[in-house]
Amino acid sequence: MSLPMPPLKVVESNDPVAVPKRVALVRPDARATLRRVEERWVMTYPNLILREVICFQVVVIVLAIIALLFNAPLEGLANPLETPNPSKAPWYFLGLQELLHYFPPVVAGVVFPGLVVVALVVIPYAKINLSARPLWSGNKARTRLLVGAAAAFLAAFFALFACWPIVIPTLLVGGAMFSVYGGGLDGRLRRFLVSVTLPEWIMTWFILVATVLTLIGTFFRGPGWSLVWPWNMYPPA
Amino acid sequence: MNGTPFSQLGTLIRGSAVYRSIVRHGAAETNRNRSLVIFENLFLHVHPVKVREKTLKFSHTYWLGGITISALVVLIATGILLMFYYHPSVPQAYRDMKELKFVVDNGVFYRNLHRWAAHLMVLGALLHMGRVFYHRAYRPPRQFNWVIGVVLLLVTLLLSYTGYLLPWDQLAFWGVSVGTNMAKEAPILGPPLRFLMLGGNIVSENALLRFYVLHCVLLPAALFGFLGVHIWRVRKDGGVQGPPEPPTDDEVEP
Repeated sequence: MSLPMPPLKVVESNDPVAVPKRVALVRPDARATLRRVEERWVMTYPNLILREVICFQVVVIVLAIIALLFNAPLEGLANPLETPNPSKAPWYFLGLQELLHYFPPVVAGVVFPGLVVVALVVIPYAKINLSARPLWSGNKARTRLLVGAAAAFLAAFFALFACWPIVIPTLLVGGAMFSVYGGGLDGRLRRFLVSVTLPEWIMTWFILVATVLTLIGTFFRGPGWSLVWPWNMYPPA
Repeated sequence: MNGTPFSQLGTLIRGSAVYRSIVRHGAAETNRNRSLVIFENLFLHVHPVKVREKTLKFSHTYWLGGITISALVVLIATGILLMFYYHPSVPQAYRDMKELKFVVDNGVFYRNLHRWAAHLMVLGALLHMGRVFYHRAYRPPRQFNWVIGVVLLLVTLLLSYTGYLLPWDQLAFWGVSVGTNMAKEAPILGPPLRFLMLGGNIVSENALLRFYVLHCVLLPAALFGFLGVHIWRVRKDGGVQGPPEPPTDDEVEP
């Protein structure tokens, strides 16, 4: 790498018979990492194709067993005059429906899901993701200030709306981020936690919040969206 | 010829002029023919002829993309069977559910299979997305494939959601009412978008017909388009990307 590169002469040709000499020019910022490693290659057939067939067969067998054991739900004929209490969306929207309990509909139904989609789309374009440096590898005082302020703001914001299913995961993730600060913890747990990057912390927080909200909405919400135990739920979730 | 009668028969069939006109390569006993299996097949050539050995390890992908696509295949197969018996009209749609349950041979089995496979597909897509994130497999050159993946997740959710209305029972009607009432809250675009989606101001038989067409035609077509690009780009970018490796000495950091 230290040797100066000889000047390149680029010749363009439209001669279809000419065999071009190929030059690989890799800008360091074009790929996240570059390595010279010996890779072992295997034939796709049968190595990969066989695994795909097995994967498909396992899925079909497992689904067939589930389909034999559990019937898909079917309630009475749809009746616009009779609203079931509670009426719930499919499970993957119950996190949003749970948010509806704390926030006005335009926030829970439009702003939050919109922000989630935008956040997911920009993930690969954020520079912080590409360098993938552990959270505490940079300027520690600055990181402490920014991360602490962000976590405190989020916790305070959601506490303002009494949205404890978000406040508690926020405090948990914030606590985990700071647990290794200043030599806290030791051993394997510390080695793992110090290697986590900021985007990974944020995604973990998001997954934790989404899971908690979905679980509460699915198993712990009864008539009038009141809190119930799953075993007291009617009809069962 | 030697070997068991069964393998002799196989050799005989593979040697016949008709078989060779369909499959133009010999038995996959050599690497050349194994290449041709992939190379000369329209469907298999989404794969390269060779793959990196480490990408076959289970912990590399946990097969989550494969599980999601497997669920999709089950959904297509059972969905077509269900379409033979289903009328998207009120109240016949609900009666068809009862017919499937009590009259049609294995009807309840195929409906169950379709329902559980749909849940598996949503779950598989979510887990696949998480796997790709934590393995940092969205990094260059795969940025745009991640965006296509986000679109695929949204299409999958819409497919599942449009299918949710089709049984026309209380669960379906009120589940979709709750969801579409949320859409109404979007400023400016919300109410007209909801009207367009439902074909009216409430969930009615117009909505049932629209959801049926979306579920069986429009959204699957969109899914196939994006899915084709998604998988093609995986191949173009050098195969599936597993967990990031620990840094080595000769690594070039940007």
